[in-house]
Parts: sequence; structure tokens; C-alpha cells
Amino acid sequence: MIKQDISKYKHVWVFIEHENGEVARVSFELLTKARELAKDLGCEVHAFTVGDKVKQFADEVFKYGAKKFFIIEDPFLKDYITEPYRDAIVHMIDKHKPEVVLIGATTLGRDLAGTIATVLQTGLTADTTGLDIDPKTKNLLMTRPTFGGNLMATIFCPDNRPQMSTSRPGVYKAIEEPVKGEVIKEKFEFDKSKYTKQIIEKIIEEGEKVNLGFYDIIVSGGFGMGSKDNMKLVQELADVLGGTWAASRKAVQSGWAPQTRQVGQTGQTVHPKIYIACGISGAIQHQAGMKSSEVIIAINKDPDAPIFEIATYGIVGDVVEVLPKMTQMFKEKLGKA
Amino acid sequence: MSKKDFDVIVVGAGPAGMAAAYVLAKAGVDVIVIERGKFPGSKNVMGGIFYRKPMDDLIPEFYKEAPIERHIVEQRMWLMDDVSHFSMGIKTQKHNSEPYNCFSVLRAQFDKWFSKKVIEAGALLINETVVTEPIIENGKVVGVRTDRPQGDLYADCVIAADGVQSFLAKSLGLRKKITPNKVALGVKEIIGLSEEQVNDRFGIKDSNEGVTIEITGPFLKGMEGMAWVYTNKNSVSIGIGVIIDDLINHNMNPNDLLESLKNHSSVLPLIEGGETREYLAHVIPEGGYKSVPKMYTDGFMVAGDAAMLVDSIHREGSNLAVESGKLAARTYLEAKESGDFSEKTLSRYQEKLEETYILQDLRYYRNLPELLEEKRYLLTEYPQFLIDAMTEIYTVDGVPKPEKFKKIKGELKSRFGYIGLAKDLYTIWRKLR
Amino acid sequence: MHFLVFIKQVPDAAQVRVDYETGTLIREGVPAIINPFDKHAIEAAVRLKDQFGGKVSVVCMGPPMAEDALKEAMSMGVDKAFLLSDRIFAGSDTLATSYALWAAAKQIIKEEGPVDIFFAGKQAIDGDTAQTGPGIATRFNVPLITYVVDVKKLDPEKKTVELVRLVESGQEVIQTTMPCFLTVEEELNTLSYAPLPYLIRAAKTPVKVLNSKNTEIEAEYCGLKNSPTKVRKAFTPPKRERGEMIEGDSVDSIINQLYEKIQPVLKTMGKV
Repeated sequence: MIKQDISKYKHVWVFIEHENGEVARVSFELLTKARELAKDLGCEVHAFTVGDKVKQFADEVFKYGAKKFFIIEDPFLKDYITEPYRDAIVHMIDKHKPEVVLIGATTLGRDLAGTIATVLQTGLTADTTGLDIDPKTKNLLMTRPTFGGNLMATIFCPDNRPQMSTSRPGVYKAIEEPVKGEVIKEKFEFDKSKYTKQIIEKIIEEGEKVNLGFYDIIVSGGFGMGSKDNMKLVQELADVLGGTWAASRKAVQSGWAPQTRQVGQTGQTVHPKIYIACGISGAIQHQAGMKSSEVIIAINKDPDAPIFEIATYGIVGDVVEVLPKMTQMFKEKLGKA
Repeated sequence: MSKKDFDVIVVGAGPAGMAAAYVLAKAGVDVIVIERGKFPGSKNVMGGIFYRKPMDDLIPEFYKEAPIERHIVEQRMWLMDDVSHFSMGIKTQKHNSEPYNCFSVLRAQFDKWFSKKVIEAGALLINETVVTEPIIENGKVVGVRTDRPQGDLYADCVIAADGVQSFLAKSLGLRKKITPNKVALGVKEIIGLSEEQVNDRFGIKDSNEGVTIEITGPFLKGMEGMAWVYTNKNSVSIGIGVIIDDLINHNMNPNDLLESLKNHSSVLPLIEGGETREYLAHVIPEGGYKSVPKMYTDGFMVAGDAAMLVDSIHREGSNLAVESGKLAARTYLEAKESGDFSEKTLSRYQEKLEETYILQDLRYYRNLPELLEEKRYLLTEYPQFLIDAMTEIYTVDGVPKPEKFKKIKGELKSRFGYIGLAKDLYTIWRKLR
Repeated sequence: MHFLVFIKQVPDAAQVRVDYETGTLIREGVPAIINPFDKHAIEAAVRLKDQFGGKVSVVCMGPPMAEDALKEAMSMGVDKAFLLSDRIFAGSDTLATSYALWAAAKQIIKEEGPVDIFFAGKQAIDGDTAQTGPGIATRFNVPLITYVVDVKKLDPEKKTVELVRLVESGQEVIQTTMPCFLTVEEELNTLSYAPLPYLIRAAKTPVKVLNSKNTEIEAEYCGLKNSPTKVRKAFTPPKRERGEMIEGDSVDSIINQLYEKIQPVLKTMGKV
């Protein structure tokens, strides 16, 4: 293991993930969390990113409390490609030596973080759901689920810097706390012949992009819904409750819902106030994505379905019969009739 | 001569198949074992007791390296009704030193170990492959077809150790369809406890020592069957096996039976607080000697459960399997010398088995299955009488003992009649003769 | 062509349960399996071999029992299997693991020739980190393509390959030069039922063991001591107690009861 002088590293850095000119919400969530960490460490929150035109994100980034925004702008970085992004970012980290680097555990973030950490020869804790500062050592304590959420591990990185973590979207709330920040432009000379990978086509999935983490109420449908048509029942209840709808992996695989609405180990992790699982048996892979919801309501035909083991309230019944009634009655009760 | 991929194909990696493969591989025979489960042991079920002798002949002192749970030093036999049990048994230090008598084992681990030995000996083992039919040419079995692409295999001889449902033996007409009065359905749970809990509850000092309890009596409501509780290292195997016909006639579900066994006042304290780790169900051939089929044809032998080799009276199956597998292998080795794998040569296999204790034991009890089928009351009324008599004797209620004995004698007479009693005793004696 | 697949043997996460009293996982009786994503990586490599010729090698880091995983890989059509097993690897984090596997892969290249495509599953179901693959790719300095769902075109002459990968907004078609490193999704292919000759060859072919003695691996980059990240504590998440089953004579009555129960929560959200 390569030993470093860790005292030279300072400040908490948050990677600003963006696509098509839009910042990923997880970046704001992490900026909010980073403010807490920076307070405990007695340092500042800085944001960083690379791309073609990224200076435009500065205002938003400062709104969430970043004092500095490090960027590299280059038309070569128009689309996300692992290797040039990595090299540009490594250049910035090498130069400014942040103590902590936080990246969203999105598809892009997980693609990027491991390769950066390997070049930097530092520790990376993937897919964390908890970040704290050890009051004694000032090390970052990173908590992450393993074994499909059955075991939690708190991991730290005592002798290497930066301490890197990818964090699951939807874990922290994004709260604004505007500051006057400063944009710092860096430069990186690409040896373009080194990069032999290119995007030749982008296929944008139909339908909207959904951040399930936004919603306080999620109504989710599983294989027990029986058909794509019946998924409408889930949507209708979600509409009445002012929430959004989601689906289990099986429902997504059956083509009843887009992957962007999948809850679970291979989908999104959500923590709404109310999660209504309709016709979802509750395999541990699904539980891993919704177990920390405040109230879980489960409706299932099978009284032995594992979902009832974690449900706050359980109803044994046919979703196709229960859901329309529930929608109707809740509509009346919530004064929406 | 048709194609040949191996000398011998063994179908099924249970104790019978692996014993056969082990003997063959050790003798330098090119042998392949085809198992349908994910690994040997993954689909195998038995009560949980493994006898030393046949295995020890095969792999001397196997118990020193095999994953065994405990060696059995005490065997209890319970006659049980709904509220009591009458216990007999033997606990002896003679079974508490090498080479031991029998062991509790967990099949998933034990069979995996056995398969490692078989592979070390030089046999090939193929998992997750189902043999779908024998390949027959000129009336002789010359190989097997599997469900895999390019799945045909040819050999001099096929040894079918494919379990109680033996598709191969049936398709060759060696076995008749199993009737529900000749097979039992066994269900079993492995209940996790701590080593200390097992020791305390069964009165064991050393965690290597084990206890078996076998249970019959009116608890079974007149159905033919048996329940058992075996101690493993840090778990208990508890199960019950009942003839399928009886389950149907009594409209009983084996799972409910197992539940009532687990909740019986005599059993519950042994397993209380434990967590069910595994649930297993299996069909046990109980037809005895009379249901043992012809075990060979041209290029083909049957061993183990596939040949209905289970001694249901003494709960022995796996050692019969090992023994029969061994003998099938030895028969092949003899046949190999002459290069003749015809029915005539392979008939020596069954003759060899007849000479062993296996078929002699089975022959001894050959009439028992029918007797019990005829006179189900033998299973309930005598045990109930014994339980009642013992209860009477041990109840202190001011009645003088001589009067109690007199009362018991009177009960015996009124329940069975001396003539009935004599008749039953005579019948049992005659059937066992 | 030469395809090298990195696989991991994992406990079947679906069967792992929690002992809430001791705060540990109950692994007893839980079968060890090939990480499900890795199986699709093997399948992809074997299909490319069938189409373009060449061979498939596979390497697994783990204890001796991981040989089972390699045997299973061979029965899927893999030609050469390597078990990377040494006590010095105990406690390795993703950085140290990617180092060891990289060193092992270099040894395999020495013995079996240069690799055209490296494969791995997108993540392991026990650790869920999805970082070891990217780590190895970085050490080889080859293009990394994660979350691959389709191998569209492979040109053995030009040494290029066209792939489809998942991204947050949909999919991307990527073209890259070989050698390259792919981490794959389950959707990439359906596992085929391997022909019997594969199984027989797997049973006959021994697994080659690589360790610190027969491979150029420097111990100072391996194991717990040389892993930048350490586990401070492991614990089980608080058990969610089984709640209340709502029963009633009619669906209406059940829904009414449910409404009464969740009304306070709805109030805090301003829904009522």
C-alpha cells in the first residue's frame, strides 16, 4: 500500500454529475450532507465537475453551500466517457488534495469512482447510506449495506486520502443554504489518441425520468398485479394520494413498468413516509430498496408473503379488488371526490 | 460392439451409486457418475443415521475424516400416545469408542465428502444432469440418454442408483409401479440449537456423543409409520414417515403430523426455541423383501433405494445402499474379466446380495408388511396397553401393588382376550419364521 | 481470440438470514454459488468463442472451496480455470482485490496469451460494490465499459467491438478497441443448458492454483493490512417488527380501519 502524507489533504469535495445540461439531484443531496461533514471537520464544501459547458451549474451549486466550484471545460468532454473524465478529475484531485470526495452512486458515479480511486491508490467505499465524522480521529465513517441489506458495515479509510465514497441517491434530503462561491477553472491537456472508446449512439428511454426519492408516498406494484393494464390501479391510487408509483423487479421484467421506476437492490432505494406494496411478495432484493420506509402497507393474496414480515399494516386480499376501492374511498376521505 | 465412452455409467450420486463408483474407480475402471442435483447430497434425504460397518469396509476408518455429526451411544425407543410415552432403550459405552456403531450425519455434507473421495479415487462426477432413458441396442443396455445437448453416453454396463422412483429400472420393466401401500412418505426438519442445548436436553456429556429416539405407538392413530429424533452437533433431526395409503385413508397430512409431533409434551422440550434450518420430504420404499425386484438385465444393474432395499423395521436404508453398490461393482469387475456383461453373468449380483445380511434381514421380515397391513391394531392396542399398564404401576393412589397387577391382568384379558393374545403372538412368530 | 472472465464465489444472498440476537449473518447451510452476474459474463465469453474461435479462461479469487465455482464455470464451456488462493489475500478490500486479480491475470496472459476481452459481472451480490472490475480495467489501462447489455458487433480484424450499455437515461452504443474490459448485466444473455461434453471436460480438467509463490504478486499490496479501507464495525440493521394484519368483514371495513391508522401520518404531510 502506498503511504501518503494525509495532513496535506483538506476540504470536502462533491462531484456534480450532469447529463444533457442538467445536474443530477444526488449531487445536491450530497452537497447538503457535505455541509454537515465540513462543519465537523472545520473545513469547506467544494464542488467539482468536468464537461463541455459546466460553468452554468455554478449558481445551483452555490445555492447548496459549495464555497468553490472546480471545473475543467473542454468540448472533448461533451459526453461522459470514463477515461477522459477520470484523467481530468484525477488531475484536479492531485492538484488540490481534498480530504473527502463524494460521488453519487448512480450508474455514472459507480462507473467513475472505482477507476479514479484505483489511479489515486486510495480507498473507496461504494454505495453508502450513512456518512459521519469520527469525533476523535476525524476520519470519515462510511456505512453501507451488504448482503442485500441484511448486514450493515461501517468502513473507514485511515491512512489514505482522499477518503472516497459513492452514496446512494435518495438517502439525504437536498436543502438549500446559499453562499457566495467562486468558480475555479482548471485545464487539462488531453492526448486524444489515448482514448479509443466512443459513443456512437444514444438511446433515450421513452417516458420521463423519475426520481422516486422525491416522493413522500409511493404506491408500488409487483407481479401480483397480474397485467400491465392493472398497473393503472397502482397509478390511480398514487395520484389520489399525491405520491408517485413504482414497481418491483418482476413487474419491470414483465414489461409492466419502465426500469426507471424499479425499487430494490437493482433499482432505486426509497425512504418515503408511506410505501404501499401491492402484489409484491417482498423478496429480500426488493426489501433492500424500501425497508426503511416509515410506514409500509402491504396488500397481497398470499398470507405467507415475506412482505408481511416487514409491513406496518398488512391486508390479505386481491389487489385487483382492494385497490380500486381504496382509491375511491381515499378520494372521498381526502376531499378529492 | 457399439461406441463406448466409459466402462461403467453410474446413475445417481447417493450412497449406492458412490459406493459402486468408488469400488470401480479404485479398481482402475473408467467410471462416470451422473447426478441430477446441484451436487451430491443436495437431493438426498434420510432420517439421519448412518451405520458404520458397510462404509468402513469400503473406506476404513472413514469416520475419522468424514463430516459426521455425533456417534450414537444411546438408542431410545418410545411407545407414545397423545399424553405419555413409555421408554425403552440402550445406552452403552461399547458404542462410545472406536470403531463405533452408527453416526448421525447431515447428508448434504456427508455425501459431498463421499463424492470427493470418489473423485479422488478416479471417477468422473457430472452434476445437474438428468438421465432420461436407457439406450438399448440388440436388447442390451449399452448406455444412457441425458437431457443435455449431445447427451448420449455409452458404456459396458449401467448401474442405476437413481433412487426410489428409479426411472431406469421401471423403464426396463424390472420394477412394477410402486403402490401407495408399499411406500412411506417421510417429512423431516432440521432444527438448530446450540451444542450445549443438545447436550443438556439429551443428557450427553460430550458433544461427540449422540442419542437417537425412535417413536411409534397410538400417537400414530393406527397408521403404520415411525417418528424419530436424532441429535446432530448443533441441531436435531426430527421426522416422521407414514405409509402413503394410511395417510390417504386417515385423511392426514404429513406436515400436520410433524407439527403435532413437535408439539407433543414429550418432544417439545427437546426442540423448544430452535429454529428450523431445513425442511425435507422424501418417499421411502417400505415394501420389504417381497418388493425387491430382479436387479439386473443385460448390461444393467440396480442398487439402493432404486432396488427397494430398505429395512423399514430397523430403519436401515443407506447401509443397504452402500452394500448393494459395492456388490454391483464387484459383479462388474468379475464380468469384466470375461468381457461378458450379459444378464447371465450379472445375475451373480443378486446371488451375492442374497448371501449378505441385507437380503437375509429383509427375508426374515418379509411377511411383516402384509401382517401389519392386515392387523393395524397391533400398532396401537398393544402399545396403548403397555403405556396404560406402566402408568398404572407408577401411579401412587393408595391401591396396593398386587391389586394393580391384578387389574392390569384383567385389562389384558378384556382388551385382547387370552385367545386373541395367543393368536397374535402365534401369527407374529409364524410370520417371522 | 482469448477471453478472460473474472468470477467470484458468493453465498446465495437470497438465503442468508440475520441472527438479530448476535447481530450476525447466518451463513450455515447457505450454498456458495457463482455470483449470478458473473455467470452471464461466462456465457457471453463462451458464445463469442463459439462464434469467433479461441478460448475462454476464468479466474476466481477465494478459498480452496472456490474450486467448485471454477468447475461449474468449466462445465459452462470455459477452457482454462485458475483459482487465485493464498492466505495473504485475506481481508482485501476492492483496491487490494483488484491488485491481486490484475497480477493473476498477467500470469494467465503469460501462460495462455494476450487477452482480447476481459469480462466480469457488474457487481457481486454479497458486497454489491461494483468496483473490482473497474479497478482491474484501470490497472490494465484498457477501456472500461460497465453495465453491458448487448455485444452487437465484434470485428476480429480491426480489433474493435460494439456494445450496448445501460445509462441512467437509457442506453448507449459504444464502440471500443480491444483489449477492453466489460462488466455485464443479467440482461446480456440467457444462460444456456451446457452440452454434456463440456461437463465431462470440466470433470476431467484440473483447476490451476495461482498463489504468491507461482505468480508475481507483491505481498505489500495485499490483504487487510494493505487495504486502504477497513471495516470499523458490522451490524445488522434494526429489525422491522412484523406489524399488524388488518382484518374485517368487508374490504370497506378494512380500508376504513387502515385509513384511521395512517391518518396521523397523512396529517403530518398535510394530506388531510
